[in-house]
Amino acid sequence: MRQEERDARNPAYTHIEEPDEPTAGHPTQRVWDMLGWTKKHLFSSIPNTIATLVCLYLLWLIIPPFLDWAFLSAIWSSDTPDACKVDGAGACWAFVEQKHRFILFGLYPFDEQWRPMTAVVLFIAALAASCYPPFWSKWLIPLWAVVLTVCGVLMYGGVFGMTYVDNTQWGGVPLTLILSVTGIGLAFPLAVLLALGRRSNLPAIKTICVTFIELIRGVPLISVLFMASIMFPLFMPEGVTVDKLLRAIVGIMLFTSAYLAEAIRGGLQSLPRGQYEAADSLGLSYWQKTRLIVLPQALRIVIPPLVNQFISTFKDTSLVIIIGLFDLLTSAKTALADPEWRQFYAESYIFAAILYFSFAFFMSRYSQFLERRLNAGTRR
Amino acid sequence: MSNGIEPTQTTVEPSVDAPKTPAMGEEVVIRLDNVNKWFGHFHVLKDINLDVRRGERVVVCGPSGSGKSTVIRCINRLEEHQQGDIIVNGVTLTNDVKAIEAIRKDVGMVFQSFNLFPHLTVLENLILGPIWVNKTPRKEAVDTAMYYLERVKIPEQASKYPGQLSGGQQQRVAIARSLCMKPSIMLFDEPTSALDPEMIKEVLDVMVELAQEGMTMICVTHEMGFARSVADTVVFMADGQIVEKNSPKELFANPQEERTRQFLSQIIQH
Ligand SMILES: Nc1ncnc2c1ncn2[C@@H]1O[C@H](COP(=O)(O)OP(=O)(O)O)[C@@H](O)[C@H]1O
Ligand SMILES: [Mg+2]
Repeated sequence: MRQEERDARNPAYTHIEEPDEPTAGHPTQRVWDMLGWTKKHLFSSIPNTIATLVCLYLLWLIIPPFLDWAFLSAIWSSDTPDACKVDGAGACWAFVEQKHRFILFGLYPFDEQWRPMTAVVLFIAALAASCYPPFWSKWLIPLWAVVLTVCGVLMYGGVFGMTYVDNTQWGGVPLTLILSVTGIGLAFPLAVLLALGRRSNLPAIKTICVTFIELIRGVPLISVLFMASIMFPLFMPEGVTVDKLLRAIVGIMLFTSAYLAEAIRGGLQSLPRGQYEAADSLGLSYWQKTRLIVLPQALRIVIPPLVNQFISTFKDTSLVIIIGLFDLLTSAKTALADPEWRQFYAESYIFAAILYFSFAFFMSRYSQFLERRLNAGTRR
Repeated sequence: MSNGIEPTQTTVEPSVDAPKTPAMGEEVVIRLDNVNKWFGHFHVLKDINLDVRRGERVVVCGPSGSGKSTVIRCINRLEEHQQGDIIVNGVTLTNDVKAIEAIRKDVGMVFQSFNLFPHLTVLENLILGPIWVNKTPRKEAVDTAMYYLERVKIPEQASKYPGQLSGGQQQRVAIARSLCMKPSIMLFDEPTSALDPEMIKEVLDVMVELAQEGMTMICVTHEMGFARSVADTVVFMADGQIVEKNSPKELFANPQEERTRQFLSQIIQH
């Protein structure tokens, strides 16, 4: 539309004044544009106008009361729930104020909670550094080795005068992060191998990969976790126990890897045959070809479905509740066990939801950034 | 003989008029001995026999679908043949992966659709093979790459991505990429057929120079001007068979087979 319409309305408006930036321009021009947009998209016909009005009415019904509840009438701070129980009181954020340490760290000994706190901060800092492309180098490997060791020492303790805390007492945000990041981190290389194996010319390898992927995809995560936590120990020899946390990580890893493998296979398939042939004709070996030519291109193509699966896995870690692990959602729920505060479940879940959302939203935005960045030079 | 066709009016005549250097040696570097190949039930190559000597420049032509690409793709094992022997540099092609990789190292290939690696810059495309396959030190690989980029006359494009280049430039990079491996044999599969007419010449010029330096080449192409000025041998294929094989002069002036005659007249009319 743009240029002609503008020129018609304002003859003084020339192509030179505004190149092709639709947002730039004279202020009154912008108001005109907005009005034009509103008319064109919201009131273009009678049914469209009715739909717009109905939506506006519904928003009017929902938003002001919500804002009132969440902000204006909310009780932000109080030692007891009584302040929240008066008539007309809104959201009881005092609940979160009182219980946030339990929600964030679960059953971890109260006086030692600076340890998971430090571990989480370190962990997130390392994640953030790994997300920043200029930092991509082989130094990330020792960095992660150090960070994971320090986090492990902080969480377990038992050295440097810190008391020992068994991982059955871990909970909340650290647990959710450990489950999802290690689960995804281990699932990813496995998924690459599965996707390559599924396209292999060797029948045995192909069969194993197809069977694994189809089996895992055919069952819900809950049952994989059940298998990992209840069935698995039955097959172990007497006296051998495998850590419950480790079993959950393995379950999440296996489940996620099957889905990631299928996403990656999509990328492998979309690569033109000429790329494989060019790599072959240079004399590259299978693994050189895979690492240098195939995967860098295939993975780039499948960033959106990969991140989709990462987000999904991150949220699905909340299912570990069924094997008795105390992740973020479970601790938010358990915080409500206090009879005094029991009625404030909405606040508890909203708080947990905000935490989940922040991580998921970051992943989503980061994937968009990464896609743009990696495709910057290569776009035809 | 009287109805021999002189292919003078081809689309592009290489600028350099190549003297037919007698660089060709006696040593046979590629031997196809009764090669047969099937795609399923389709018999695509029928009893192909062909000897290529060191320094020989062979042009393969023939109608579309006659198996030209398949023949040269068998030579570096991008396709597997089912009967007969293919011997490259004294090594018989089998399923031995190490032997195949060794042959591929020494046999460069240029494709119709360039097949540059789009996620790597031009320079990275060129040094990838030398560094990973030949284990050349990076510095040396970069020097070699820049030398060949000069040779194909686009050193200024080194840091661009393939997608930012024209078709002719991409194909010249592809040739340079093969040359960086220092191959002793080069295979070309219709290197100019995906190019706009004005870019064909820049690619042919590079190939002519290469031919004059005595590179062993097998080149599938319909550029008859190129064949006439540099080829030692022209092979005409149809229906998976080698119909006729001769020096360009003889083949163009005096085709022995009716099918060759028909094909040549078609190619020259268009
Ligand atoms: N991978 C393949 N599978 C089945 N048929 C093929 C395959 N590649 C080529 N062909 C067939 O083999 C014949 C020869 O192909 P090709 O060697 O590419 O011919 P040319 O290069 O002379 O045009 C064609 O009929 C083609 O359809
Ligand atoms: Mg072909």
